[in-house]
Amino acid sequence: MSDNKKTPANPLKSGPNRRAVLAGGAALTASLFTPKFLRAQDFPTAAVNTTGLAVTDDTVTIGILHSITGTMAISETGSVQAEKLAIEQINAQGGILGRKIEFIQEDGASDWPTFAEKARKLLVNDKVASVMGCWTSASRKAVLPVFEQNNGMLYYPTFYEGLEQSPNVIYTGQEATQQIIAGLDWVNRTKGAKSFYLLGSDYIWPRTSNKIARKHIENFMEGCEVVGEEYYPLGHTQFNSVINKIRLKKPDVIYAIVVGGSNVAFYKQLKAAGIDMTKEAPLLLTISVTEDEIRGIGGENIEGAYACMKYFQSLKNENNRAFVAAFKEMWGDDMVIGDVTQAAYLGPWLWKAAVEKAGSFDVDKVREASPGIELPTAPEGYVKIHENHHLWSKTRVGRAQADGQYEVVYETEDLVEPNPFPEGYQ
Amino acid sequence: MKKQRLFELDEALGFALLAAVIFVLFPAILDDFRLNLFGKYLTYAFVAVGLVLCWGAGGILSLGQGVFFGLGGYCMAMFLKLEASTPENTAIQSTPGIPDFMDWNQITALPIWWQPFHSLGFTILAILAVPAIFAFILGTAMFRRRVGGVYFAIITQAVAAIMTILVIGQQGYTGGVNGITDLRTLLGWDIRPDSAKVTLYFVNGILLFACLFVAQAVRKSKAGRILIAMRTAEDRVRFSGYDVASFKVFVFCLGAAFASIGGAMFTLQVGFMSPTLVGIVPSIEMVIFCAVGGRMSLLGAVYGALLVNWAKTTFSESFPELWLLGLGGLFIAVVMAFPNGLAGLYQDFVRPHLGFLHRERARAPAADQSPAE
Repeated sequence: MSDNKKTPANPLKSGPNRRAVLAGGAALTASLFTPKFLRAQDFPTAAVNTTGLAVTDDTVTIGILHSITGTMAISETGSVQAEKLAIEQINAQGGILGRKIEFIQEDGASDWPTFAEKARKLLVNDKVASVMGCWTSASRKAVLPVFEQNNGMLYYPTFYEGLEQSPNVIYTGQEATQQIIAGLDWVNRTKGAKSFYLLGSDYIWPRTSNKIARKHIENFMEGCEVVGEEYYPLGHTQFNSVINKIRLKKPDVIYAIVVGGSNVAFYKQLKAAGIDMTKEAPLLLTISVTEDEIRGIGGENIEGAYACMKYFQSLKNENNRAFVAAFKEMWGDDMVIGDVTQAAYLGPWLWKAAVEKAGSFDVDKVREASPGIELPTAPEGYVKIHENHHLWSKTRVGRAQADGQYEVVYETEDLVEPNPFPEGYQ
Repeated sequence: MKKQRLFELDEALGFALLAAVIFVLFPAILDDFRLNLFGKYLTYAFVAVGLVLCWGAGGILSLGQGVFFGLGGYCMAMFLKLEASTPENTAIQSTPGIPDFMDWNQITALPIWWQPFHSLGFTILAILAVPAIFAFILGTAMFRRRVGGVYFAIITQAVAAIMTILVIGQQGYTGGVNGITDLRTLLGWDIRPDSAKVTLYFVNGILLFACLFVAQAVRKSKAGRILIAMRTAEDRVRFSGYDVASFKVFVFCLGAAFASIGGAMFTLQVGFMSPTLVGIVPSIEMVIFCAVGGRMSLLGAVYGALLVNWAKTTFSESFPELWLLGLGGLFIAVVMAFPNGLAGLYQDFVRPHLGFLHRERARAPAADQSPAE
């Protein structure tokens, strides 16, 4: 389309709108140099936004909803940073359907009712086209009815327990089976591990994950057994009794899903009790310690432990090198990037791809377009959205180094299929 | 002694003004979303009103009101959750017909103590009775032993901590950290759409006024005057032959029941209940609402709850990175500048100019000489 005046088919406008013409001119100039840019005037606002979302002729507004105060702030800050980086990069490439992304950031304050309140505010008042947000399962559960009722779209970055599949959420982290099964098989195959001691913080994610781990160990791994299973309240700092039990039972593997501040106490006390993880007797396998947590634990305290997740900062591929460099340039050289941070970075990109495939910002159309979306530029390599709104992704095992990074020692050959309702593991 | 009237003229006007603000002004100027938020703030006002009775009038500082708020909220949430967990809605679970979080925790049958919550009548009874009975046991145990002041505050705080740990630890029965979420209908009436939220806002307002009237009646009753006497000189009241502990237990139970009604209304309006509303931090926040409003004034408590929560929302929307500092500043400013809160402001600066409202008081000054009433 070449005629500028005809195209912005916004019924509210009468006569030539100087701003639209200017914006159109700018986009046209830009498009001469980089022909792959999508131009806003090719996608009139009235056509790409039929549900009253916050989309104008040259911007689209999305929400960022994480805790930046309270106990979860330390974990969620990385996600906020990654999302802002992705938005900035998308804008530098010309935005989405020729529109710059603007964002409204709200603070969930580590408080679940606040998450629900802010989610409602973003969807009802601000009419954001999508929301990048939440971290804990509790916050996701709190906002879920809000998203379903107001038909919003949430991109949720954390690895989590599964057992959920909402039409209004895209889960960019791994669900439990993706993260657990490959790691257990690996430790059994390459390290000959037969006995496992499961422990974790006491809430839904560690419990569900350990349930899946136990079922897999008992039903699908020949000659393997669980010799203990224990839970501790969030924030617990006294692990000496369980460490004594571990020494008594002598398991091959300590399978640890301790979260948050408890990690610091747990790994320091393990080390103080003389369990040297570099000797791998017992070997420690965790699914809850990313590079972010190691900053608090201290590399020297966790050196030799294995972690099983989908992303490590040390991944050696071009996408990841560029991502790490851009992240550090934007947020500082001392930053580390954990699994969830990378998953959060995928959110805006996956949304962009779905919007462009749908040719519309409407949530229903984006939802319909989402399954099958591929992202070959993902730092973790390549991901694809499954019918069930989770991602196909590889599972990797990393070995913690004294410098706080993981060395990748294993990755699955193929992408692992997400299976939030695993048969035989319930 | 002349029997006291329920309302002095300026108190009646204050009630009328609050009624106008809640029932006319807010619905007129706020959109549905904001109105729902104010409805949520008003649920905290129930707790603050209870605290005015306990703390302002009776001198009992409870740092555990979140427990009672939570008990009411959880009772309501259990009823709503059972209604939402029909076998059709939960067909995907390994045991259909039980709440989803039970299924996730490998529980295969509804626990016996959940069963009665199929009935709304029982639930409403439980909302009023469970916290009152709990407060009765707690209050009796402590006030009979003459535990008071700081020690009482510390114990209530410990109770709040225990309650949180209990709720989180028993996640198969309580939903744990996630709380009880995804509540949908009340006797088939969908509580999620905006129209329902508006209705709930008005129900909430009416219940709040019912509580305010009860509280006002208690304050103006003989019991209310004994409470104030106790706050000032407990031993003298005891030596005069009054059973101090009973009065304290009574007012503590009443405050607990108010908080519980607030909690139930919170669940209805917000659509879920979680342990973050039960613990120490929310309990202390509730005391702050009361302090900002003025711990001696029933109406001040309502305004305090509204102001603090409104400030919380506004600051956090405008300055997501710095809002906690702003809120902290507000608290410090209020405590430093107006130790008696909003109500103190009214007493010191507004009321002297409204002399025409209490001419009658001037004629009978002996009737109301208690400080800062």
